[in-house]
Amino acid sequence: MTLDLVPLWAGILALAVFMYVLLDGFDLGVGILFPFAPDDACRDLMMNSVAPIWDGNETWLVLGGIALLAAFPLAFAVILPAVYFPILFMLVGLTFRGVAFEFRHLTHQRHWDHAFHWGSVVATLAQGVVLGTYVQGIPVTGRVYAGGSFDWVTPFALLTGVGLIAGYALIGACWLVMKTEGELQAWARGRARTFTFGVAAFIALVSIWTPLVEPQIHARWFTWPNLLWLSPVPIITLALFAWLLRALKSGNDAAPFLAALGLFAMCYLGLGISIIPMIVPYSINFWAAASSGKSQTFLMVGTLFLLPIIVMYTGWSYWVFRGKVKAGAGYH
Amino acid sequence: MSLDAVFLSRLQFFWVVALHILLPAFTVGLASYIAVLEGLHFTTGRAVYLRLSKFWLKVFAVSFGMGVVSGIVMPFQFGTNWSRFSDATADIVGPLMAYEGLTAFFLEAGFLGVLLFGRARVPPWMHFAAAVMVASGTLFSTFWILVVNSWMQTPMGHSIVDGRFFPDDWFAVIFNPSFPYRFAHTVTGFYITTALVVAGVAAYHLRAGRFREEGATMLKMAFGLLTILVPLQMGLGDLHGLNTREHQPAKIAAIEANWDTQGRMPLLLFALPDEHAQRNSFEIGIPVLGSIILTHDADGVVQGLKEWKAQDRPPVAIPFFAFRVMVGAGATMLALVFCSWWVWWRGELAAARWFLKLCEVAAPLGFVAVVAGWITTEVGRQPWVVYGMLRTRDAVTPSLDGGDVVVSLVVYVVAYLAIFGSGGYFLGRLFGAGPLDKPAVSGPQPKGTAARPLSGAAADAN
Repeated sequence: MTLDLVPLWAGILALAVFMYVLLDGFDLGVGILFPFAPDDACRDLMMNSVAPIWDGNETWLVLGGIALLAAFPLAFAVILPAVYFPILFMLVGLTFRGVAFEFRHLTHQRHWDHAFHWGSVVATLAQGVVLGTYVQGIPVTGRVYAGGSFDWVTPFALLTGVGLIAGYALIGACWLVMKTEGELQAWARGRARTFTFGVAAFIALVSIWTPLVEPQIHARWFTWPNLLWLSPVPIITLALFAWLLRALKSGNDAAPFLAALGLFAMCYLGLGISIIPMIVPYSINFWAAASSGKSQTFLMVGTLFLLPIIVMYTGWSYWVFRGKVKAGAGYH
Repeated sequence: MSLDAVFLSRLQFFWVVALHILLPAFTVGLASYIAVLEGLHFTTGRAVYLRLSKFWLKVFAVSFGMGVVSGIVMPFQFGTNWSRFSDATADIVGPLMAYEGLTAFFLEAGFLGVLLFGRARVPPWMHFAAAVMVASGTLFSTFWILVVNSWMQTPMGHSIVDGRFFPDDWFAVIFNPSFPYRFAHTVTGFYITTALVVAGVAAYHLRAGRFREEGATMLKMAFGLLTILVPLQMGLGDLHGLNTREHQPAKIAAIEANWDTQGRMPLLLFALPDEHAQRNSFEIGIPVLGSIILTHDADGVVQGLKEWKAQDRPPVAIPFFAFRVMVGAGATMLALVFCSWWVWWRGELAAARWFLKLCEVAAPLGFVAVVAGWITTEVGRQPWVVYGMLRTRDAVTPSLDGGDVVVSLVVYVVAYLAIFGSGGYFLGRLFGAGPLDKPAVSGPQPKGTAARPLSGAAADAN
């Protein structure tokens, strides 16, 4: 009868969430690093480097959430209640850091510096906890979430929360290496190095922990011939770490950011491999969660037309603000 | 005491939407106003339009930022607190909201950076185009979210299978019976809200003898628009009311606190509805006028609340009073427009002090009307979340207990008080500074830095 759009929707959803993680990842990372910068002039530059684009970056979060609602409503209705409080903390964190962009320079007080930093930290921690809760699996009865509102309080979820803070801080530092120069750039390079080791430690921990805890994930990765087919994932990840450390040492401006993006991509791929075809681990797959063909088709027509246009003008907006951010110049 | 997750979730949704709606109510009109100012400056080259655009852009940056972050909260409420609603209606509501994201949010966000920070980086026509894109984005957003809201009020074009709603005809879903009226009424209300704020700020400075050219320009533009829109809004409101009577008669009965089906119904100006006794314990009304307004016929019969079983009736007092607040605000605006004609005819639009004072006092009236109108229509929809088909109490997330929602509600209340309180304070300062060609920050530079922080509101002030 009609074309099965479920795999395509799964791809678009995966793309939207990944775009969000990358794009808001680096500007949340800038917020995480914010108070540790050498001085206030650096902090101004850090904020300015993301001020024109953060709003667009955060729009991918809305798209990810709504695409989930539109294409896989059962997953939306089951996952969000499971992470009721992490979502609350994420939203409140994002709210405080978002308004800080505008409020900060309108006052002499430090409140909004703190709001920017702590908002970023809390939002990131909450997103990491959502990730950890998701990977651990979400209990379902019928079409309803079957757990409690505090099931997310687990050592593993808190670990992924802290791990994501390190990850966003890394990508934020690499963004600053690319977008700034001089003292701030040198400082960012140092922080990027520190967080590279931090992120490596968290990736190793999570990679060992998950297969031990989740038999499905163990079976996915450690049975023959999967072991062979999937071996490029850890190998490429290791290569990216090596490239990242070398690029940070060699003084290349853009390469660390690209290498960090690559690391995120590999982690994301690893997660995808572990979970697929489940969208609510480990009980509801993409097809069981999907909305009706009529709904998916109606939205797909517009998405295929609009998404390329969105990518084009978002790219244009980045291009307008290309190059290094300069103190007090450029935006007049 | 047991805490009711349904009631608390409704309270939470009320709180986050009521505060959020203040921002689109203002920024939808302001984005269009800025696009017009940019267009006028682009075509005429007059400096006053540029000064005004730069000033209102600072205000826009602050209010739009607040609108974005408080808006992100909303779709997540659907999942966290109303997961049964999401599961039941996502096949309809999901694609519509996704279209809002695809057509509106990305358009706004993509061009906002260029509008706020890019004046020196792109050619003038491109900057003007960015202003038009942002303004279009706000209108597209209004379109889609009101499609969703209207479908919940007057659902059409779907079938129900196992308690879930599935689309049959998207055209019927989108252009459901109440949508055209709701969209026209809401957008007009948003434009009026902005025009009243613009007039109020102009009047404030003119009374103090500042910014004469800018002030006079703003007043003329504001009252030129209000002269058309306020009377138009009365007509649109009337049509919207007729539409509601046709599709949601119980809501009209609640708005009019009308218990018994009757012809020659009076228009109640004030009443104390008593839901237990099913009557008004006190009322003052004008005979027959209710039937004339609602049916355009003195003998027109209007259904009373007793036509519905008690569990199918909306609350009465809230829609009754909220509606009267909205209409009272509208009547006051109309009186203000009449005054403007008088002073304009006498050539004193920007000089008559009594009139300027009135404009200042009237500046927040649009917000009052928008929020009161929203409360009227949403409370009037109860006890349904999808009118006549899905009850609000069947829509809430089953795993939530009241204590969970108390915690989240308290967090939202505290966070929003801090954010909206600060935002209101900063906006007040920007209004008070006026269209100056220098930074709005007074006193010593913050934190002893040489480099000025460059956010949207400061970008053009440097």
